Amino acid sequence: MNDAAILSVAGLRAKVADEDLHILKGVDLVIRPGEVHAIMGPNGSGKSTLAKVVAGHPAYEATGGSVTFRGEDLLDMEPDERSQAGVFMAFQYPVEIPGVSIANFLRTSLQARLEDDEELDLFDFQELLMERMELLDTDPSFAQRPVNDGFSGGEKKRNEILQMAVLKPSLALMDETDSGLDIDALKIVAQGVNTLRQENPDMSVLLITHYQRILNYIIPDMVHVMFKGRIVESGGPEVAMELEARGYEEYRKAHVA
Amino acid sequence: MPTNEVIQGLGLDDYKFGFVTDSEPVFRTRPGLDAEIVRQISERKDEPEWMLKRRLKALRIYDAKPMPDWGGDLSELQETLDQTYFYVKPQEQMERSWDDVPENIKQTFERLGIPEAERKLLAGVGAQYDSEMVYHSLKEEWESKGVIFDSIEDGLRNHPELFRKHFGTVIPAADNKFAALNSAVWSGGSFVYIPPGVELETPLQAYFRVNQERLGQFERTLIIADEGSRAHYIEGCTAPVYSTDSFHSGVIEIIVNRDAFFRYTTIQNWSNNMYNLVTQRARVHRGAHMEWLDGNLGSKLTMKYPSCYLMEEGAHGEIMSIAYAGDGQHQDTGGKVIHVAPNTSSSIVSKSISKGTGRSSYRGLCKVYDGATNAKSNVECDALLINETSRTDTFPYIEIDERSASVGHEATVSKVGDEQLFYLMSRGMDEAEAMALIVRGFIEPIAKELPLEYAVELNRLIELEMEGSVG
Repeated sequence: MNDAAILSVAGLRAKVADEDLHILKGVDLVIRPGEVHAIMGPNGSGKSTLAKVVAGHPAYEATGGSVTFRGEDLLDMEPDERSQAGVFMAFQYPVEIPGVSIANFLRTSLQARLEDDEELDLFDFQELLMERMELLDTDPSFAQRPVNDGFSGGEKKRNEILQMAVLKPSLALMDETDSGLDIDALKIVAQGVNTLRQENPDMSVLLITHYQRILNYIIPDMVHVMFKGRIVESGGPEVAMELEARGYEEYRKAHVA
Repeated sequence: MPTNEVIQGLGLDDYKFGFVTDSEPVFRTRPGLDAEIVRQISERKDEPEWMLKRRLKALRIYDAKPMPDWGGDLSELQETLDQTYFYVKPQEQMERSWDDVPENIKQTFERLGIPEAERKLLAGVGAQYDSEMVYHSLKEEWESKGVIFDSIEDGLRNHPELFRKHFGTVIPAADNKFAALNSAVWSGGSFVYIPPGVELETPLQAYFRVNQERLGQFERTLIIADEGSRAHYIEGCTAPVYSTDSFHSGVIEIIVNRDAFFRYTTIQNWSNNMYNLVTQRARVHRGAHMEWLDGNLGSKLTMKYPSCYLMEEGAHGEIMSIAYAGDGQHQDTGGKVIHVAPNTSSSIVSKSISKGTGRSSYRGLCKVYDGATNAKSNVECDALLINETSRTDTFPYIEIDERSASVGHEATVSKVGDEQLFYLMSRGMDEAEAMALIVRGFIEPIAKELPLEYAVELNRLIELEMEGSVG
């Protein structure tokens, strides 16, 4: 194990919680502070599952291997504990919470990080929220809208990035954040992530994506190809370029062989 | 707020205790109900003959009417009624001290963030109430405007003609079995009269009337909002109410005269042994506007359907309700709107939450009579289920005898899903905090209509309730 690693995944096996179906069949991955790793792969390869297992989604169950975050056993922690430890997941399909404003949602998220007898100072929070929204070039009225309720695809992703900016994680898991976005929305999301990385160069990113496109805007240090629950190839940004040109065909052939 | 000498049940699932203080009531009738007891009640209150006759007639109607076989399970109610003291005269002065109040009750008040003065009131401690000064200045304002805000007993005593003219005209004893019961044994409640054109900015709050006879088991309230007046009446509180009684049956009658505006807000949190069967109805006249804002928490069974009878052209009625059914509780609530005249409009918005083995039912009636041309009504009822064991039903009755009427009904049932919980937990909230936030968001459209202090208490209460809901 690499002591400098912020996230270290070793031999991770995971299945759907109520079924015997294994989706991850031994995944190894090491991410160091400040690194951007992209995981690419065809539908059903397990790339999204990997992000969800790291974040603690109850629909999946780890059956073997380990996930270590800053030296702590992540698999032993509840999703809220993982969040408070510094893991953030930007959802592919963010959930609607009618009647709860983004501001209230974020205030509750920050309050949850405090001791029971501590009360988040409302003025401090307001200041932080305004500063974060300005950083991401977001209109202040956005925070008054109910979380994801009636949002366009782009607005939902913008909301995910705003949450990331407020919660300031040390590891951001981005689960197909680029899917369903037009190019303008994609740029906004990428700019947001880059802005946060500039601000905190130690923030690491695990980017799950189907397409090479987003990697033009968020430049990865490493690209991994996932296939049938394993990482089958790792390399620099060139791996993504090659994939874009050749597709996943050769992995299919190799798998059959 | 009940008057009684015994404190029992918090309405919160975690608390199922009772305790009895040493103080004896000044007077109470023997258990059960008959004409002799009704006579005693009337005599104690030194009532005029006509009221005694009314009570006795109501008792005959009560005896003749069968127990309702719809709504909630009332099969064990008769047993409760046989043991009920139908009239308990409270102590003139409460002698219990704050030190006598059990620690766990104090802690609940603390967690709910209820102000010190109010805690004492709720616990039945007869201390000086801080609001008394406020109350006195308001009282002067009300009196100078000719507003009457009295106990129902004082209303009958001091304003006999006005009282007699309206009492029982909105909800006659024959309306239903429990209206008949209340009409026979009523005690406590408010009498309110707002003169024509008077607008009150400060809500009339029932808890200001602490020094008078407080709301009881069979409270009766009569409110007359005269032409062009505007007022808001608030009754109850989200804090758990302690009571020996396991039966509460109130009647609230409101008359909203031409072009007047009236809102009646009530939030009640009964202990979970309580049958809460209440009839509340408003008669709304030409161009007038009536709003019921109704919150029901706790109790074993609540059956309560605030109603607006839209009697004249242009009358408008709104009913907004929140019901919360915890473990073993059944909230059978909703609203009724009756359109009798042309161009009347109404809306019902009902939100229910069921947790554990709790059950909430929406039961509503929208009736449009022939000739109520262009009547408009919209009903929206949303149910939120917290657990797999929670239950909800919807019984929307719609009866329309007028072609030009337009009536809309929308119902939704949602479950708190794993995906929703995970989303919130992935932001750092624990399961209970996440659940509470979802519930708060769900009731927000109605909660935002509540006075601030009530909304805050309601939120805290939901947090407390959600702590035990997960795992």
